[in-house]
Amino acid sequence: MQDLIGYVLFCAVLTAGGWVLAPFMARVYAGERSFLSPVLGPVERGLYRLCGIDPGVRQSWRGYALALLAFNLLGFVALYLILRLQQFLPLNPQGIGAISPDLAFNTAVSFVTNTNWQAYSGEAQLSHLSQMAGLTVQNFVSAATGMAVGVAVIRGFTAPKGVGLGNFWADMTRSVLYVLLPLSVILAILLILQGVPQTLLGGAHATTLEGAQQVIPRGPVASQIAIKQLGTNGGGFFGANSAHPLENPTVLSNMAQCLSILLIPVGFCFLFGRMARDRRQGWAIYAAMGVLFLAGLLAIWLGESGGNPALGLASNLEGKEMRFGTGLSALWAEVTTAASNGSVNAMHDSFMPLAGMVPIINMAIGEVIFGGVGSGLYGMLLYVVLAVFLAGLMVGRTPEYLGRKIEGREVTLAMLAFLSMPLGILVGGAISVTVPTAAAAIQEAGPHGLSETLYAYASAVGNNGSAFAGWGAALPWQTTALGLLMILGRFAIIVPMLAIAGSMIGKQQSPVTAGTFPTHGPLFVTLLVLTVVILGALTFFPVLALGPVAEQTALSAGQTF
Amino acid sequence: MMTHIRPALAMLVAMILLTGLAYPLAMTGLARAVAPGLSQGSLVERNGRIVGSALVGQQFAGPGYLHPRPSAVDYATMPGGASNLGPTSAQLKEQVAGRRATYEAQNGASAPADAVTASASGLDPDISPENAQAQAARIAGARGIDAAIVQQIIRQHVTRPLWGLYGQSRVNVLRTNLALDLAAPMPPAGAD
Repeated sequence: MQDLIGYVLFCAVLTAGGWVLAPFMARVYAGERSFLSPVLGPVERGLYRLCGIDPGVRQSWRGYALALLAFNLLGFVALYLILRLQQFLPLNPQGIGAISPDLAFNTAVSFVTNTNWQAYSGEAQLSHLSQMAGLTVQNFVSAATGMAVGVAVIRGFTAPKGVGLGNFWADMTRSVLYVLLPLSVILAILLILQGVPQTLLGGAHATTLEGAQQVIPRGPVASQIAIKQLGTNGGGFFGANSAHPLENPTVLSNMAQCLSILLIPVGFCFLFGRMARDRRQGWAIYAAMGVLFLAGLLAIWLGESGGNPALGLASNLEGKEMRFGTGLSALWAEVTTAASNGSVNAMHDSFMPLAGMVPIINMAIGEVIFGGVGSGLYGMLLYVVLAVFLAGLMVGRTPEYLGRKIEGREVTLAMLAFLSMPLGILVGGAISVTVPTAAAAIQEAGPHGLSETLYAYASAVGNNGSAFAGWGAALPWQTTALGLLMILGRFAIIVPMLAIAGSMIGKQQSPVTAGTFPTHGPLFVTLLVLTVVILGALTFFPVLALGPVAEQTALSAGQTF
Repeated sequence: MMTHIRPALAMLVAMILLTGLAYPLAMTGLARAVAPGLSQGSLVERNGRIVGSALVGQQFAGPGYLHPRPSAVDYATMPGGASNLGPTSAQLKEQVAGRRATYEAQNGASAPADAVTASASGLDPDISPENAQAQAARIAGARGIDAAIVQQIIRQHVTRPLWGLYGQSRVNVLRTNLALDLAAPMPPAGAD
């Protein structure tokens, strides 16, 4: 009961936070003045001048996409080089060496695509400079890239005739300066006050009360954790991520981080309503996401609340921290996989089978339950296109959304984007469990081994980054395959969505008639939720039956592997 | 594509300077000014020597100390980590049974769940109050004091859920053990 009341309060605060943030973001993306303009306006203009950018230039969807791809490609190269050369660079108090080419490729792709999959342990393998100038930078700009695409796609669906998709450079810069950076400063200060280290010093050497030697790892942690959550990145400073007591030391730090993960994604729902000049449209998207969120949360909570009878555990505390217990671990698992965050405060590999299945589903449907910053909303708009198309088929009318016709081109592009998920997860996963070199990654015997592989591929393609961490993510096969699939999962959705936005923006607004299907009522919300659930279920049910469902059946029969 | 390379390169360099250097360095400076202890790992000193971090668990095996939870990395910090064993793992089942037998032999009490499971970080600084109290008699025996004193010290170190809603009641092992040493110094054991 304590857990459930806590969840309700959490959702209320989250909703209020997103609701407050939306009008501010609307002003920022419209290029209007806000209360931060006196301080940040000169910085913004200075950046444009320095980079030779005219923020007023409207880009076509192709121009927008090319600018984005160029920026991300260079970001990848820079991060790869920093990781490979860290032993020659400053701010390396522990004297850590270079990381291998395949791991550097995997890590660089992972941070550029906002996945933040960790095949490494930061405290042992990365210098302070790699964490700051490498990972923290991509935490900001990969998040800002997602937000920019989110805003461009919203403009495509909602902007009146004569307004373009916008300018990638302006949208990206404003996301960093006005939204991500100020919120990160606030959260970083709060985390520091809770005990998250923020120092350039290396590890402290302690002699324990019983005389053992212990190194207390330190570094510029708080600044990175703040943006890792706000930007739905999820890559931790430490290998144990937000379960590590120096990354997430208190219950308050836990709640603040949890809230930060979904704050901007929730804000995007309401931003959508504002930009559509019909706030009900934003509430409808929010409601559909909210229903899916609560369903997932309750399923994880129920799955975890009965302990593990097969092991005689009254409470399933394997892989969980005492301060969080099962209640806050369940909340975090839902939050981090509903969003494309991927940080963890408990080890999902040790969750009960059905509780561990929910995160897999959340990721496999594309992280559209609030989702990543920006990416959650454009991901859900993909389902909206499919939902209104299905509704149109049922009544034999050309589907419309916000007064614009959804035609063959948009539906084709939406299906193309949608198919990247099953393609990457099911085909990639199938190869991984078949080829012996790849299958060596599996830690557990029995159906749990399949769940581990499925989780990894869903996480990579969905750009999530969490894992069933017993699985051998560091195998060269897996670092390479997952690296390639992260690129697929990111850009094979971004580019078609921008193309859809590009084709929507020029369309004639058709008048509302008695025959128009309203897209703000409970009927539409239900249809949207069902579209997500049915498409997800049809695609992934067979493999889920062989993994988590089979494991639950075995567990109920008292079988272990 | 090429027309985008120049602004992309300039923007990337600018973002590295702004978000990769200026932001973390400003936060570091601020942290040192306002919270020097908290921002440097919450180190705990005794007699001028660092004995650990209040936030990071450490191993205790002696009979006079509160024992922490099992750790998959044996409280190694570079890096920490979990077992990641699944819920139907035979290996985990065996581990849990082994830990339960050891715990019950040491303490003569049945083992709570947190005493037989490894944490997520391998560095969990806390145990449940039930787990702590079950160890009180053993600790009192080793220190030659009344069990009521140990129980009292444990009670003083219980942290309750935030606002009664979030998290679990817990006892910080290192802080409690420091308090035990202060209240009733151990007979000549330990390397301190």
